[in-house]
Amino acid sequence: MALLEVEEVSVSFRRARGWFGHEETQVIQDLNLSVSEGEIVAVVGASGSGKSVLAQAIMGILPANATIEGRISYAGEPLTMDRKLHLRGDKMVYIPQSVSYLDPLLKVGRQVQPVSQKTGRKHGSTLRSTMQKAEQELTGRYGLPQGTSGKYPFELSGGMARRVLMATATSGAPKLIIADEPTPGIHPEVLAETMKHFRQLANKGVGILWITHDITTALTAADRITVFYAGSNVETAQVCDFTGKGERLRHPYTKALWNALPQNEFQPLSGAQPAAGRQQIEGCSFAPRCIGATMACTNERPELRKVRGGEVRCVHAT
Amino acid sequence: MPLEARKTGYRYGKDAWVFQDISIKVQQGEVVGLWGPSGCGKTSLGRILAGYVEPLAGQVLLDGKPLPKVGVCPVQLVFQHPEKAVNPRWRMRRVLKEAMIEDQELLDDLGIQMNWLDRRPGELSGGELQRFCVARALGTATRYVIADEMTTMLDAITQAQIWHTVMNIARQRNLGLLIISHDRELLDRLCDRIVQMPTS
Amino acid sequence: MKQTLERPSRPAAQTAQHLKVNSPKSEAGNKRNWRPVHPRIHGGKGYSGGGIPRFRNPRKWAIIWGGLGVIWIATVWLTGRLLPAESTLTSLMDRNLAPAWAHPFGTDWLGRDMFLRTLKGLATSIQVGLLAACGGGLIALLLGLAAASGKAVDRVISWIIDLFLSVPHLVSLVMLAFVFGGGLPGVTLAIALTHWPNLARIVRAEMIQLRSAEYIHISRRLGHSRIRIAVQHMLPHLIPQLFVGVLLIFPHAILHEAAITFLGLGLSPQQPAIGIILSESMRYLSAGMWWLAFFPGLALLLVVRAFDVLGGSLKTLTGTGSSREVV
Repeated sequence: MALLEVEEVSVSFRRARGWFGHEETQVIQDLNLSVSEGEIVAVVGASGSGKSVLAQAIMGILPANATIEGRISYAGEPLTMDRKLHLRGDKMVYIPQSVSYLDPLLKVGRQVQPVSQKTGRKHGSTLRSTMQKAEQELTGRYGLPQGTSGKYPFELSGGMARRVLMATATSGAPKLIIADEPTPGIHPEVLAETMKHFRQLANKGVGILWITHDITTALTAADRITVFYAGSNVETAQVCDFTGKGERLRHPYTKALWNALPQNEFQPLSGAQPAAGRQQIEGCSFAPRCIGATMACTNERPELRKVRGGEVRCVHAT
Repeated sequence: MPLEARKTGYRYGKDAWVFQDISIKVQQGEVVGLWGPSGCGKTSLGRILAGYVEPLAGQVLLDGKPLPKVGVCPVQLVFQHPEKAVNPRWRMRRVLKEAMIEDQELLDDLGIQMNWLDRRPGELSGGELQRFCVARALGTATRYVIADEMTTMLDAITQAQIWHTVMNIARQRNLGLLIISHDRELLDRLCDRIVQMPTS
Repeated sequence: MKQTLERPSRPAAQTAQHLKVNSPKSEAGNKRNWRPVHPRIHGGKGYSGGGIPRFRNPRKWAIIWGGLGVIWIATVWLTGRLLPAESTLTSLMDRNLAPAWAHPFGTDWLGRDMFLRTLKGLATSIQVGLLAACGGGLIALLLGLAAASGKAVDRVISWIIDLFLSVPHLVSLVMLAFVFGGGLPGVTLAIALTHWPNLARIVRAEMIQLRSAEYIHISRRLGHSRIRIAVQHMLPHLIPQLFVGVLLIFPHAILHEAAITFLGLGLSPQQPAIGIILSESMRYLSAGMWWLAFFPGLALLLVVRAFDVLGGSLKTLTGTGSSREVV
């Protein structure tokens, strides 16, 4: 059974325009996604494609001027705000993108604590034991130097702070982890350890939604990859499809992404991703950059359809 | 006419040394990679080489002389986070004007669209902003560019685009490049030689 | 997984600006299940149910309210200034009259028209407030900049700020007014010298933060002089904060002036200021002449509130980022 189901979700933001008007920019359009128990789904896309907004929408931490449409359900039941409040921090955890999410006034050890409904907040008497547990977790699992748990967030380097962020989420017993760009700036060895840790969690039945732009890292541990472009998912593929020159990939954007990697062709595709809401494009949003674009591509927005064990939003995919 | 760091060392206040006795040399026209884990001081070394901070030990020499303290510095640094590297109240046109970048060809090569020039940094994505930061670093007086994890926050296609352009320009203008990154594959692809930062 | 949906195509006449998110899509029996809407998501005040909430562009309202505030304050001040001195002459024939058409605010025990007296008084109060706020702002700017320029200076100035902040406002105000001999200069100086610490802190914090910003360093590496960086990068960040801060000292200044004069330390009784008017009217309250205190007090409240609203509007208008979001 799918742990998390996102169906036809659209998110738009309302902003003031000039002095008297307002505009509505749609950041995510008709998104479909699902994460099952024990599965790691990686969402790969460029910055500005709407990935972080997706994470915020699921967790319910969108800013006040955002409107959401569509359905999000957790464990089969719709995910209402009340349910979110109940599940957040406990069964559903979020690893944020920016290290500024850590409380700058609290020592790191105290922030790496499970916030569980059952155990509640830490008491003064158990502080030392929880600090010790936190220290163990940080130095053992994440390879941080001794004494990290006694430091404040501003004393950590970027990579170290990121590992602390991960520790805050995994120290409890979550069922669903949403990780928003958790890995840039981390040394390959520690990265491998971290991915192994996530894999272990997944094997125990935790569902992980992994949002990143780094497709290489995603491929090391994910089960399925969903590719984002201009606010919508354009392909969902299995990890084994990412080999060679990307012949088994379905969408031209995914192939371009694969071929642009330094270990592959390192060949870029020209053009840039259309920014949210700024350029309203009829038809497929990738068509302006696509060499295989035809008239059919510019008429209507392609539907998501199943192709060879994955999904793709392209008229020409086979 | 190399850019050189001789036996440099750096630390914050009275804490332990971030690195000590590091020497590195970049010739014009050469592409050198600097690789190492996070927290080992790669960024600090980059800042020292670009003249943002003074090393606490050793010295940085350009053509045998210390880096100029006033005037345009021939060594430019491109930061990892473009959002922090531009004034959020300025429009992008003004950001480029501050560096006196008027070369339309440069902007085209980097994929900077004309309608972006009138936008504020908050309205652009990371990839778009980073292109501006790169353009800003490639002024006429620049002879060395230090790229501090320049494309780490960007997706593969944008990364490839920017690097292709930067390498082209570096070859045309005979610039010296120091690429700081933790991505071994990227460094293998781009660099003539790779220096590993020793872990403390 | 996902079943393919019969999605109706979007209406052609859509532009980026007017993208209607909630346009009805009713074709092919395709049901969009609305998520149970929580008011917080749509940020509406008292909003419930579907549909687009009533939109409030903060900048538009900031301009409207700010504009009204400016007009109100300017009107009060001008009429107060332009009134001839004779309008508040005593007229013993019309003593102690209750509010009526001829005398909207009534008259006092000397037959002076309260309405005109209040206006004049407010004009004086506004002037005193202006002087005091600008004085305070200037001190705050200088000390704040000085504090941000060096560590030793910073320590000294922070200590002075803490010193001033630790003494209760009214106490130091009374003491300073007494020291400077009361009267208009005394009041103005006293208020200026007690209201600068908060603003100085803001200036100092802003400057320290700016100095470590990366784009400042980059600007230096691009060859620009320190002065140029200060003027082009730092000043535009600072000036809006400073302006708003000074404006928000006004209400305090006016109220404090009224308080000091009420206590007898401020302006002379001949110069009608709100404080004098209010203090003198206290004696007559028990006699039942409520209008002597009520109207001047209300007028004072409205003027001070107008400054508050103006300050808030300026904050919205000059802010970046969050001020563009809409509630």
